[in-house]
Amino acid sequence: MPLRWSDVTPKNDYLNRRAFIAAGLAVAATPGWALTGKPSALSTDQKPNTLEEITNYNNFYEFGMDKTDPARHAGAMVTDPWAVEIGGMVDRPGSYGVDDLAPANALEERIYRLRCVEAWSMVIPWIGVPLASVLDRAGVQPGAKFVAFETLYRPEQMRGQSRPILDWPYKEGLRLDEAMHPLTILATGLYGDVLPNQNGAPIRLVVPWKYGFKSIKSIVKITLTDSRPMSTWEQMQPSEYGFYANVNPQVDHPRWSQATERRIGAGLFGGREETLMFNGYGDQVASLYAGMDLAKDY
Amino acid sequence: MRAALNGGLRRIPIRALWAGGLIPLALLVWDAVTGGLGIDPIRDIEHRLGRTALYFLIASLAVTPVLRITGVSFMRFRRALGLLCFTYAGLHVLAWAVMDMALLWAAMARDVVKRPYLIFGMGAFLMLLALAVTSNNLSMRRMGTVAWCRLHQLVYVAAPLVTMHWIWALKTFPLEPALWLAAILVLLGLRVAVPRPIRWNVAAVQK
Repeated sequence: MPLRWSDVTPKNDYLNRRAFIAAGLAVAATPGWALTGKPSALSTDQKPNTLEEITNYNNFYEFGMDKTDPARHAGAMVTDPWAVEIGGMVDRPGSYGVDDLAPANALEERIYRLRCVEAWSMVIPWIGVPLASVLDRAGVQPGAKFVAFETLYRPEQMRGQSRPILDWPYKEGLRLDEAMHPLTILATGLYGDVLPNQNGAPIRLVVPWKYGFKSIKSIVKITLTDSRPMSTWEQMQPSEYGFYANVNPQVDHPRWSQATERRIGAGLFGGREETLMFNGYGDQVASLYAGMDLAKDY
Repeated sequence: MRAALNGGLRRIPIRALWAGGLIPLALLVWDAVTGGLGIDPIRDIEHRLGRTALYFLIASLAVTPVLRITGVSFMRFRRALGLLCFTYAGLHVLAWAVMDMALLWAAMARDVVKRPYLIFGMGAFLMLLALAVTSNNLSMRRMGTVAWCRLHQLVYVAAPLVTMHWIWALKTFPLEPALWLAAILVLLGLRVAVPRPIRWNVAAVQK
């Protein structure tokens, strides 16, 4: 049976639950939870994928390995209350709420291309804030060079974590200049609403010039450090997944080509498109990697 | 019991197996036409065709061990099982070439010689192709029994390759294709472990 958005619908349930907990009383939730973000010049003008596509085709192994597993099982994850522990080389370490990090008046809409390492792609209208604004709030200390991220580990709500598919909890990392780049955001919403659980609620990273697995979901920990953090996929298979994981049509995955991609939603005979260097964001980010051999630092 | 079962099996026309064996294809076409496939229908089409081919391959490999161990003979159906496997394998390759790769011939050729999962998959497909074109009575007569049998032993190579094709296409080490690979190795092992001559009354079975 194909899963449709109308079948998923733990949405109203979880929205109601959130509203109940947050407000301390039952309220008609849905309208109050809409999110709006200011339009951004950094958005692409390509046509976004539908909400149904974006929310029913996910890699979120914490909920299972099939693309439809997250839509089916992510409703079990409780995202309110939620705290993000910011620590390491920062002036103001501590536990931050989602609203502290991404206040409503700071939200922007960022319509970004997403290129999965599996050679498919989408266009997604995220809502969020620049990661730089969050890091500035915590006060990055001068010696910090990298940012490490960690996903929630809660096997009783994240059924995929009960099997050692990956080394849980999921970890990712960025160089500080990548993290501070204006394209890099923490997203809390999608299509004018809060993030659905299967897309990494309540707060996730989006780095549009890197393969999708770098954009870690459901973040509970951000650590500033002076040494390069290990990311989950790199740790599992270093010959296939590097720390940088920049979209690069010239550097293939050892087991498949990255030269082209298939756009989800293009139909049975939609064909393939050429994959662009840095997923088409080269004008903005190529300078970050000047002088580096990207075939070696993949 | 065994005699009754074999008697019953003899009365089932081969055409019935073909009709039943094409039901998964009919369901797939129905889902494709009515929009019943998932968000990425190309992936679903490829996967369902590939899986069904594997199921028929395993069924055809099970015929001999089942006969040797239980005396129940599905031997009459084995050619059809093999050809059904090849039908689904062929459609699987076609879906990959036309829908997934959009007939980008150069890219396909580069990938087929470079990517292990495609080397395994295409290798297995070429073997199945050789078996399919020589599956008719005329080929059996022309080639002679010994040569024909030797050629058709290629299926022992093709079957494990098919599961390796599946395993190598995924990002993590997956359980399901590994279990199918184990099942194939058990079926091949049984041929060695339970040797001919068949203990059952072969004459009665083949009558």
